[in-house]
Amino acid sequence: MSEELTKEEFITETKEESHISLAQEKILRALESDDVRGHFEGTLDNQLVLNMGPQHPATHGVLQLVVSLDGETVVGTVPVLGYLHRGYEKLAENMTFHEFIPHTDRLDYLSPLANNVGYILAIEKLLKIEATPRATWIRTMCCEMARLASHLVWMGSMAMDVGALTVFLWSFTEREKILDILDILTGVRFTTSYTRIGGLALDMSDECKARLVTFLDQFIPKLEDCRNLIERNKIFINRCEGVGYISKEDSISLGVTGPNLRAAGVASDLRKDAPYLNYSELDFDVPTLTESDVLARYYVRIKEMYETVKILRQCIAKLPEGPINSPDAKQVLPDKGEVYSKMEELIHDFMIVNFGNAPEKGAEAYQAIESAKGELGFYAISDGKGYPFRLKIRSPSFVNLGALSTMIKGGMISDIVAIIGSIDPVMGEADK
Amino acid sequence: MTELTEQIKNKFSEANGFGGVVFSENINYPMIEVPKDRLIEIATILRDEFQFEQLRDVVSVDRFTKNERFECLYNLYSLTHKTRIFLKVKLDSKKPEVESLYPVWQSANWSEREAYDMMGITFLNHPDLRRMYMMEEYEYYPLRKDYPLMGLPGAVTLPKK
Repeated sequence: MSEELTKEEFITETKEESHISLAQEKILRALESDDVRGHFEGTLDNQLVLNMGPQHPATHGVLQLVVSLDGETVVGTVPVLGYLHRGYEKLAENMTFHEFIPHTDRLDYLSPLANNVGYILAIEKLLKIEATPRATWIRTMCCEMARLASHLVWMGSMAMDVGALTVFLWSFTEREKILDILDILTGVRFTTSYTRIGGLALDMSDECKARLVTFLDQFIPKLEDCRNLIERNKIFINRCEGVGYISKEDSISLGVTGPNLRAAGVASDLRKDAPYLNYSELDFDVPTLTESDVLARYYVRIKEMYETVKILRQCIAKLPEGPINSPDAKQVLPDKGEVYSKMEELIHDFMIVNFGNAPEKGAEAYQAIESAKGELGFYAISDGKGYPFRLKIRSPSFVNLGALSTMIKGGMISDIVAIIGSIDPVMGEADK
Repeated sequence: MTELTEQIKNKFSEANGFGGVVFSENINYPMIEVPKDRLIEIATILRDEFQFEQLRDVVSVDRFTKNERFECLYNLYSLTHKTRIFLKVKLDSKKPEVESLYPVWQSANWSEREAYDMMGITFLNHPDLRRMYMMEEYEYYPLRKDYPLMGLPGAVTLPKK
């Protein structure tokens, strides 16, 4: 693109050449806005628009990036979302609260247990039910196991993005062990659908607890092995250090949450700031760094894994005995054995399954949890029927991806994959 | 938390010239209903004087009533006070329009694009109001209550064979 052309002329010229559609034209307009136009002396005097994705292995799913380049330097980026949009918020309005639980598995598919817990906490706030102590403790453990599972995938895939393949194989071996524990706990490995209104689907068995203890005992040395592979690797450090910087002010203004915000020097963690579940009774630190580059985000997540192990050990020690389902018979699904033998339970089961749990008319509730990616929130509005009037999902990956353009701007094209890896987006959640 | 809410209540009282600002306790967080034309002013005060540094989400609601059908809820979070507050604006049924909060919080950019895409709320002075998820040629707003669950046949133009 030569200097003399104005924005409009550039777009009309490109349009005549390639017959681009309305959507592409708008993307080009966004890309060519004054905000992203830059001049770099000494590089080639032309700009190139490059399309990355949605079928690009390094974009972590179906994320499309339209990148404007000056030589190898990125001048502007426009992320294009929506390739995995399934309309979950619309679907939620047409099914009962219980029926939506399996759909939450498919939001952040790397940590489905945390989604189950976050969703059910919001719905319990709406229905004004409280779970039993044992259920709450098991839910806390679920959140932490999900965080570990998610961070291990992130660690492998991010190292793979910058060229270290072995870490991926090693961290996935560890993740498999967690999935085996989840298999015992929930009955499935991936799409757990584990929580129920006022309780849980299954109780935690002693075998599961024993397996978790064994896993935690060997996990830290294995994590150290993975870290040794890359942390003293010059190529890894060079590709991460100082790359993808975003200022603290920009991170805050862009609404970034989770490890990405903590790497920018803001110690914001909902587990500490607005304790839900049993986090107020647990002793753990919130790792915070100030460098705000790819390497800082790497270290924040690595340190978080150590804290998670600490939390899980405390949870195992504190896990009380007792029932897992709350005694509120009209809201909580009864035990299957009782449904087949007792009349009352059969009626309640029939009512809950067919008509759903009905909150008060006009009730509204918001509940957010600190998932592995950041603040995962559910805003539910009821109109007194068995299904939500409106369910808004505040997904951390979606908002964090909004900061992507700021992080990439001015960097090299090879840094893009490293930066995407460090944000840790999951498109199932970003596209809803 | 309650202290801060009291301060905010005093600040936006009628005596200070903020008529039409309503506080409600319907949800488990404080909610302030604001007149549409004073949204930016009140949002700026909340950011600068009460340290609500982050706009974490924009929730759009279709109440499906005759008047004031649409609502926009702004989910604000304070990193200093570690607390949350919601702002609510009620919007017109026929032509839902509201001023964009992008000058106050940059995160409004994507969140408002999502609300525009799903609910058809127009954000005035938005820097880049494109559709977020649906294709640009799409004419409908899927999260409105009058949009059928199974979609509209023929609404998506497919490429020619």
